[in-house]
Amino acid sequence: MTKEYNLTIDGQKIIAQEGTSILDAALENDIFIPHLCHHPDLKPEGACRLCGVEIDGGRMVMSCLSTVGEGIDVKTDSSEIRQARTIAMELLIADHHMDCLACAAANDCALLDISAYLGIQPDRLERLRPSDKGLPIDESNPFFQFDPNKCVVCGICVRTCNEIVGLGALGFINRGFKTVIGTFGNKPFTESICESCGECVVRCPVGALAPKTPKFAAREVQTTCVYCGVGCGIYLGVAGDKIVNVRADRERPTNEGSLCVKGRYGFNFINHPDRLTKPLIKKDGEFVEAEWDEALELIASKFVQSKGDKFAALASAKCTNEENYLIQKFTRAVMETNTVDHCARL
Amino acid sequence: MNDLIAYQQEAASVWEELNSNDMPLITVGNATCGRSAGSIDVVEAIQAETAEIGIDCNVIEVGCIGLCYLEPIVSIQKQGQPMVVFGNVTLKQVKKLVADYLVNDQIPPKLVIGTIGEEKIGDVPKLFELPVLKPQVRRALKRCGFIDPTSLEHYLANSGYSGLTRAFDVGPERIVEEVKLAGLRGRGGAGFPAWRKWTFCREAESDQKYLICNADEGDPGAFMNRSLIEGDPHALIEGMIITGYALGASVGYIYCRAEYPLALERLRLAIQQAEENGLLGVNILGSSFDFKIKIKEGAGAFVCGEETALIQSIEGERGMPTPRPPFPAVSGLWGKPTIINNVESLACVGLIMQNGAEWFAEYGTEKSKGTKTIALVGKVVNSGLVEVPMGISLRELIFDIGGGVPDGKKFKAVQTGGPSGGCVPEELLDIPVDYDSLNEVGTIMGSGGVVVMDESTCMVDFARYFLDFAEKESCGKCVPCRLGTKQMLTILEDIVEGRGKPEDIDLLEELGEAVMAGSLCGLGQTAPNPVLTTLRYFRDEYEAHIYEGKCPAKQCKEFITYHILDSCIGCGLCLRNCSSNAIIGEPKKLHWIEQELCHKCGVCYEVCPPKFFSVEIRTGELKEEPA
Amino acid sequence: MDKSLQVILQTFEGKKEEIIPILQNVQDAYSYIPERSMTDIALFTGVPESQVYGVATFYAQFRFTPRGKKHCMVCRGTACHVNGAPRILEEMEEALGIKQGETSEDLEYSLETVACIGACSLAPAIMVNDTVEAKLDPKKVRKLFGRVVANE
Ligand SMILES: Cc1cc2nc3c(=O)[nH]c(=O)nc-3n(C[C@H](O)[C@H](O)[C@H](O)COP(=O)(O)O)c2cc1C
Ligand code: SF4
Ligand code: SF4
Ligand code: SF4
Ligand code: FES
Repeated sequence: MTKEYNLTIDGQKIIAQEGTSILDAALENDIFIPHLCHHPDLKPEGACRLCGVEIDGGRMVMSCLSTVGEGIDVKTDSSEIRQARTIAMELLIADHHMDCLACAAANDCALLDISAYLGIQPDRLERLRPSDKGLPIDESNPFFQFDPNKCVVCGICVRTCNEIVGLGALGFINRGFKTVIGTFGNKPFTESICESCGECVVRCPVGALAPKTPKFAAREVQTTCVYCGVGCGIYLGVAGDKIVNVRADRERPTNEGSLCVKGRYGFNFINHPDRLTKPLIKKDGEFVEAEWDEALELIASKFVQSKGDKFAALASAKCTNEENYLIQKFTRAVMETNTVDHCARL
Repeated sequence: MNDLIAYQQEAASVWEELNSNDMPLITVGNATCGRSAGSIDVVEAIQAETAEIGIDCNVIEVGCIGLCYLEPIVSIQKQGQPMVVFGNVTLKQVKKLVADYLVNDQIPPKLVIGTIGEEKIGDVPKLFELPVLKPQVRRALKRCGFIDPTSLEHYLANSGYSGLTRAFDVGPERIVEEVKLAGLRGRGGAGFPAWRKWTFCREAESDQKYLICNADEGDPGAFMNRSLIEGDPHALIEGMIITGYALGASVGYIYCRAEYPLALERLRLAIQQAEENGLLGVNILGSSFDFKIKIKEGAGAFVCGEETALIQSIEGERGMPTPRPPFPAVSGLWGKPTIINNVESLACVGLIMQNGAEWFAEYGTEKSKGTKTIALVGKVVNSGLVEVPMGISLRELIFDIGGGVPDGKKFKAVQTGGPSGGCVPEELLDIPVDYDSLNEVGTIMGSGGVVVMDESTCMVDFARYFLDFAEKESCGKCVPCRLGTKQMLTILEDIVEGRGKPEDIDLLEELGEAVMAGSLCGLGQTAPNPVLTTLRYFRDEYEAHIYEGKCPAKQCKEFITYHILDSCIGCGLCLRNCSSNAIIGEPKKLHWIEQELCHKCGVCYEVCPPKFFSVEIRTGELKEEPA
Repeated sequence: MDKSLQVILQTFEGKKEEIIPILQNVQDAYSYIPERSMTDIALFTGVPESQVYGVATFYAQFRFTPRGKKHCMVCRGTACHVNGAPRILEEMEEALGIKQGETSEDLEYSLETVACIGACSLAPAIMVNDTVEAKLDPKKVRKLFGRVVANE
């Protein structure tokens, strides 16, 4: 069993498991420490330098890099810490576009959260020279866009694609102030090996990698993705009577918050005008809408004539395991053939 | 072991023979500095010339003796005579030198620098009595410029590898003990005691440990490590074997910048020679210690001098520093305990084992022992490579050894420690050159780069230069450094280009301190130093730019204008050279400059013959309010 | 795969730590790093191509466009700076008609600044291919590169 430690953060006594970072321990206990380059799913990077804390009155350390220890006393704020954070934030904002209203991240932006927490003052910002990067926005991907001008180079997307997705479609390019994240050759996403899974997009702390679907819905419905037998847990975001987005369920053991491109972005079919809502029967070379009873009867009558070698079944990945089992059973036992297959993926 | 002793004896007699036989010995400084001055052609010319007149002689190519400003340097030793050292021996001078000295025994006075040896020749000064060399103590550089760096025999004949044999005799503990007694502090930057770092690594349990020699020397304006490797590569190899033995590391890497092709060539040859003679490989000299050395070429990133970035780079990654802990001494290259030491530190280890700790600590101050190699450059007469006892004053270094500022200009400041260091004004020149005294005044020893500036250097522009460097070399990983250096650079650019605002001075200080406090690695933690020290010692120059629209050093284009004085005789030289056609005038009549057209390239100032001295630079005039 | 790249890769084992040496060899052979070669290096070393690209763009040594027959490197070391390197660069840009980082259209010249070529005592200095031109001043620069101006 992993050891547990007792520690205090800002006077609050908490218990945390050995190996937990001070930052994670604090966040789990609803204590906010500003952070930009940290994500609980990823290895710590220590790059944004915003999460500094004082341990036992000593030197400032980065709380994302330091792990909890027995009896330590952590302070998340002090005048030095605040000064360091404030200047780092001011530098970030001066390097950032200012058009927050038009940003897809809007309410869900770590920069805005931390600015609010620190009380960033406009007159102090005015002393700084804003940078004007003017880099082109990549809108090639149908599901999300990348605006390098909003990127804070936290590297979360790079680590996500390496550590979680295992693909490595993204990397850092150039160095110093000119560092950007991007694909091989800094080409549009669609010209890279990116699989559009969107794992990086959901973890981007700002609006640099942002979905083209709306981020907010009126309500959410917990369900299971319909695409394949893995059965990833999802929340469907609903506005009015339409599904507008999909969010992964971090609690579902099957996917622990991950999704593939279909599960995350492939929900358009639900409200699509071309979607078939009634069976079609071909009459005189034309498809004609029919009722379910009529259709099923037609199928049954044709099945009866088609037993044995004439018959083959192709099952769908969208079915559950149980449904697929039934199809093969039906094919073998009723239709009397072993010619049964599965589309394996969509 | 016996083989080595036999080889050492053989080498000693070869060396003896070379120095005493009746053939004249001619050495040519052929390190990078010599080569940039044309020494390769000089060697060829000497060989051709002596062959033509039928003089048999030994011509050997040696490293740099440090008098880089006098390159190409040729030394000639005739039998029974002291060695005579000649400077500025360009291709054109070779014939004369051979004819005058080699044939006719006449020393050409314009070329001679001094003699080496007991006896004197006429009134030619002894080389080591010259002001530039007298205060120096050459220990790490002792062999540089005197032996052929491609010859293992030359190294062996000059106590080479005797430190290694002693190291094997006394064992690892004793080596660490001696290095501790000697008080050796790292020569690459922070001056961390070598023995202490080693002890962390020795205590770490691991099946594999690594030693890395940091030969990245990224500090612009520094070339001590390069000269040492080019002139005496085995000194580094010996130091590495001893250190590897002391640490229990069986693999050593030399991380050397690719911009040092000659140093790399010398290292490759030296490693090969050491391997062929059982000094590298398995069971070295019967000690049962195995050690091999691999070379990794850097690819042009200053930050890769930082230990964790260097490790990343060897592993084939972008050279981005990683947080500590874990410290490399515990978990470094491929997660194994790794010690990184500078070239000079490792060469000093060899010296300590050759001569003992006491000998090493003879020179220096209480906390900074030994000698330090320094690249003395900038606005200084004798620019080159020097080695001085720790504790010598900056003044002695610049004015006695360096010969002061050229062209009768006034000294203004000296920058030590490169982009991580700070500048020191005239008033503080009496402070001793040691780790702690330099820290006290806001700068650092660094790796030993010393840049002298005179009155014509604008300190704001100088700070801008270093920030530009830091901004370009920042790895970009952490926010304070990536954006802070950029912000500071932009502000400095604004100031030198006339857009400075009164609040900028405080802002620079505030940003500088935040960048130092908040950055992840040593680059960001020191990058604001040049700005903070110039703000501390030369704040008036910043103020002059911002408040008065003046550049006191008359360097920043935005603040200067060129004027032709009445002493102009109308020679037309400036007119012909001005690419903006801003100069107007009839031949033999007073010329003038049309200010609107002038691009301030300064060509008129440069070409106007010194005897007329008719172009003047003024600052603070014509400063128009921005529309 | 390109023949000369194949020859280069044959001298390596395909380990990740070899990426930088391989890139250095590729640049020696081609005078720059062609994009194709990075894909091949990625396959060879088993590292994502984005990472090879990341390494190549991190280090100042690597170029992505061919260099000119005469590759001019202006030293921006401290000693050179103090002794007038910015003027030298300006003069070179004017003489060659290209800015730093560019290659002239006829592929004759490319111009670049480098960290420090180590000729500090002979500052300001530049390097043209492998030759150092030291103790320069604007006049000397015009003499060295005047040919181009005359053509204009
Ligand atoms: C940005 C940066 C650049 C550095 N460059 C060098 C260098 O070029 N050479 C060097 O020996 N040390 C350099 N250092 C210092 C090294 O990180 C390291 O401290 C040193 O090599 C240790 O060797 P020493 O203890 O023998 O001095 C640099 C440090 C930083 C932060
Ligand atoms: S969408 Fe998925 S595959 Fe594409 S870059 Fe992001 S994490 Fe990698
Ligand atoms: S795109 Fe987003 S996640 Fe990726 S580095 Fe930029 S800010 Fe971070
Ligand atoms: S301080 Fe600068 S060089 Fe060091 S890690 Fe941060 S960004 Fe990189
Ligand atoms: S969250 Fe710790 S440094 Fe960024």
